[in-house]
Amino acid sequence: MAADPLSRVFSALADPTRRDIVARLAVGDATVNELAAPYDVTVQAVSKHLKVLEDAGLVSRSREAQRRPVHLEANVFDLMTKWIERYRQLAEERYRRLDDVLRSIPDAPDAPTPEKGTPS
Amino acid sequence: MTSTTHHHETSIVADPDVPLVRIVREFDAPPEKVFRAHTDPDLIVQWLGPRDLTMTIDHYDCRTGGSYRYIHARGDDEFGFHGSFHEVRPNELIVQTFTFEGMPDGVALEKMVLEDLGNGRTRLTATSLVDSFADRDAFVASGMETGVVQGYERLDEILAH
Repeated sequence: MAADPLSRVFSALADPTRRDIVARLAVGDATVNELAAPYDVTVQAVSKHLKVLEDAGLVSRSREAQRRPVHLEANVFDLMTKWIERYRQLAEERYRRLDDVLRSIPDAPDAPTPEKGTPS
Repeated sequence: MTSTTHHHETSIVADPDVPLVRIVREFDAPPEKVFRAHTDPDLIVQWLGPRDLTMTIDHYDCRTGGSYRYIHARGDDEFGFHGSFHEVRPNELIVQTFTFEGMPDGVALEKMVLEDLGNGRTRLTATSLVDSFADRDAFVASGMETGVVQGYERLDEILAH
């Protein structure tokens, strides 16, 4: 298990079953049994996946309610979205500087376009 | 494709299934100029590095089989980056590797495709592929900008609960 929290989030999401669980929890809370139903795996296997998601802070489980439904921690995803958006903004800033550079490049002088000659 | 004639904003996709980031951006310049701005060291230092870091190019030999190395510096902190040019086709394509020397075992495969839109305009599609999601996200953060670091810290705070 990777040490830092962000790596835990991303390694938790690297697994297709766990991503599918997350996608279903985005619709609403669900119990382990409900989550396990569509898969050809045991409830224990799904519980293991949930443990990974829980350790990564992506889902939480109510301690009180008897059904202990699994809840998606949407704020983590909001932060990830913001984080990716920040990366986009950095790329945009970089490309605005490139816009300026491109404006500063003079047009090529009217050099004759070299024609592809026939091989000699 | 969401780009339109008047829309220049960078678009970004962080693929959920493959550890890649794809950035699409259009420029009001022909492919020849965009290519030159990606290959001429004197031009690269003007835009590639983060604004608050000083970029120094060790070498930048952008041709098939060539290589590059540059350093971003802030005070005494230096961040080195290097890679090889795998395939370079003037005004069309640059395929290169990219390694942050702080994570020397990590490598990204970067592909930059220039598309001539006519009327002196170019669409750049830059794809960066790494070998794990953890690496992808480390690369996303490799800009070293405080904003990204702050983003990490905020995420750390929330995840620490």
